[in-house]
Amino acid sequence: MREPTRDQALRIYRTMHLIRRFEERVAECFAAAEIPGFIHLAVGQESVPATVCALLERDDLVGATHRGHGQVLAKGAEPRRVMAELFGRATGYCRGKGGSMHLCAMDLGVLGTNGVVGANLPIAVGTALAAQVRATRQVTVGFFGDGAANTGAAHEALNLAAVWDLPVVFVCENNLYAEFTPQAVHTKGTSIAARAAAYGMRGVQVDGNDVPALFDAAAEAVDAARSGAGPTLLEAMTYRWRGHHEGDPMAYRAKDELEAWRAKDAIPRFRAWLVERGMLAADEDERLVGAVAAEVDDATEFARRSPWPAPEAALEDVHA
Amino acid sequence: MPEVRYVKAIADALAEEMARDERVIVLGEDVGAPGGTFGATRGLYQQFGKERVRDTPISETAIVGAAIGAAVAGLRPVVEVMFMDFIATCWDQVVNQMAKMRYMFGGQVRLPLVVRTHTGAGLNAGPQHSGSLEAWAVHVPGLKVVMPATPADAKGLLKAAIRDDNPVLVLENKTLYAMKGEVPAGEHVTPLGRAEVRRGGSDVTIVALSRMVGEALRAAETVAAEGISAEVIDPRTLAPLDRDTILASVAKTGRLVVAHEAWAPCGVGAEIIALAAEHRGAPRVPRGASEGGGVWGAMSGPPTLMVRRVTPPHTPVPFSPPMEKLWLPDAARIAAAVREVMG
Ligand SMILES: Cc1ncc(C[n+]2csc(CCOP(=O)(O)OP(=O)(O)O)c2C)c(N)n1
Ligand SMILES: [Mg+2]
Repeated sequence: MREPTRDQALRIYRTMHLIRRFEERVAECFAAAEIPGFIHLAVGQESVPATVCALLERDDLVGATHRGHGQVLAKGAEPRRVMAELFGRATGYCRGKGGSMHLCAMDLGVLGTNGVVGANLPIAVGTALAAQVRATRQVTVGFFGDGAANTGAAHEALNLAAVWDLPVVFVCENNLYAEFTPQAVHTKGTSIAARAAAYGMRGVQVDGNDVPALFDAAAEAVDAARSGAGPTLLEAMTYRWRGHHEGDPMAYRAKDELEAWRAKDAIPRFRAWLVERGMLAADEDERLVGAVAAEVDDATEFARRSPWPAPEAALEDVHA
Repeated sequence: MPEVRYVKAIADALAEEMARDERVIVLGEDVGAPGGTFGATRGLYQQFGKERVRDTPISETAIVGAAIGAAVAGLRPVVEVMFMDFIATCWDQVVNQMAKMRYMFGGQVRLPLVVRTHTGAGLNAGPQHSGSLEAWAVHVPGLKVVMPATPADAKGLLKAAIRDDNPVLVLENKTLYAMKGEVPAGEHVTPLGRAEVRRGGSDVTIVALSRMVGEALRAAETVAAEGISAEVIDPRTLAPLDRDTILASVAKTGRLVVAHEAWAPCGVGAEIIALAAEHRGAPRVPRGASEGGGVWGAMSGPPTLMVRRVTPPHTPVPFSPPMEKLWLPDAARIAAAVREVMG
């Protein structure tokens, strides 16, 4: 069993808090009409990107989803510039062109969140191909959902990565729903990881809210990719606490289901693990949580103060 | 006449056609128990059950392909593709299968199927959720394409599409779903292939699609105060296009403004302008089928023709509000184009 080092563990813990706080703030700003467009939040699923990305180097790559703020932050994106993008401001990563569903930080290896479900996976295969051809030892992580698993794009991407032994880790954040449709309605069987056998790659299903278990599985997958042993399909079972998008009244799920998953919240579970190992003192925890809150406040203020893009900027960047 | 929301008019059309013909089934992501992401299938699952109203996986190719197969085998499926942008993921099924099948099989099959989806910017939905891609579909022989601009047409055109024995793409507009308008009570079917003159006029013809119809009517109001009489035509069906109505208007005005949310290059507006240009100065006397048939030669075109296109810039749809506002055509830009063709 591979365990995170203290540094890695604290980084994961901090990133989970950052994503939670950030997403909750986004919900408030959306409700206050400060953030336009469609917003998909990942509250409840923070552990997955926080843990997987803690295993990545700066020049590794991440292909994110429509529910991707956390994936982007976990790869090291600045909260200020992510928030500013959500606000549609000129200081955002994409200068207001993209918003929540098209959030890219290329210099940090963030290939973009994606508005077309499943479409990020073939692209992740492509960056892995480049790494293989150029022998860079870079790993690409392609995040996707249980719903995305049923797109043709996902199937084609998994097969291609397997047959070429590409350095990619497919991370399925299985939150049991595709929009308002429960997994049982869109997929027969309960294991997406089981499909890996048919593609000829490793497949692992883990409790995504159990950080040490997830870390162990993800570390093996990342090491395999980096050492030339090809792709892995890692399925992390988790749950989103909020609606599919902000404004979704969630009529399709029972309240006790949500309560049961709240009880499995990864943050206190991992805090207990840290405390048990003496990696986190009470005052340290308080300081860390306070620092994260301040960072999100700062990001929000930055976004609010930032200028709007000039309307004419709409005409730029169509071609190189 | 009762006032109905555009989205409710769609749900009503589906419910009526399902009640009328048990071969009609509905397929799509979240169209069943949840009633659709925008509510266009609300109530159908409860009324007709899960056999006929099916929630699908996120598998556009399989959904559209299955609808084609089901149509060949005797059903009359109505598929929802959640946003028109996503139709790119199943474009092979639409273009190489659905559109060509009857022709290449020598007329052996009928494909009574409908693909509903929606177009349109204006909700800050960003580059991958705001597209108006009707020109792609109109370009392809074998597809019929409608773009309802009012609740009455949303209902009437959908009912006609379901009853048609050919594949029909019904392109709704996401910003119109909440629009209220009068819908005739009882059986209301809008024939495919017939344009509607939304406002009569004599100086200039404005042909507008989808949400731009409302903008064109506002523009016509504005220029009326300046003494310009604008006729506003809503083609409603883009394929087959009602050429007669458009050409008759242009013959009268000699000035044509087209307005749509799709890009200008190779757009439906370009097609309409080309049509008008081909008829400029055409003789009054029919010249026979060898000249092209149809309305060609049957009607006098104007001696001169002034044209303008009102379209967005040739860029993806930007997310941020000030940029999207610049991007999206509106009544003011249509009015400006009208003044330009007036000279
Ligand atoms: C090709 C395509 N089809 C449909 C959609 C609409 N859509 C957006 S998110 C979503 C559900 C995705 O489910 P899942 O992959 O499980 O991700 P989750 O939302 O649960 O994070 C759907 C159907 C889309 N964006 N792209
Ligand atoms: Mg899901």
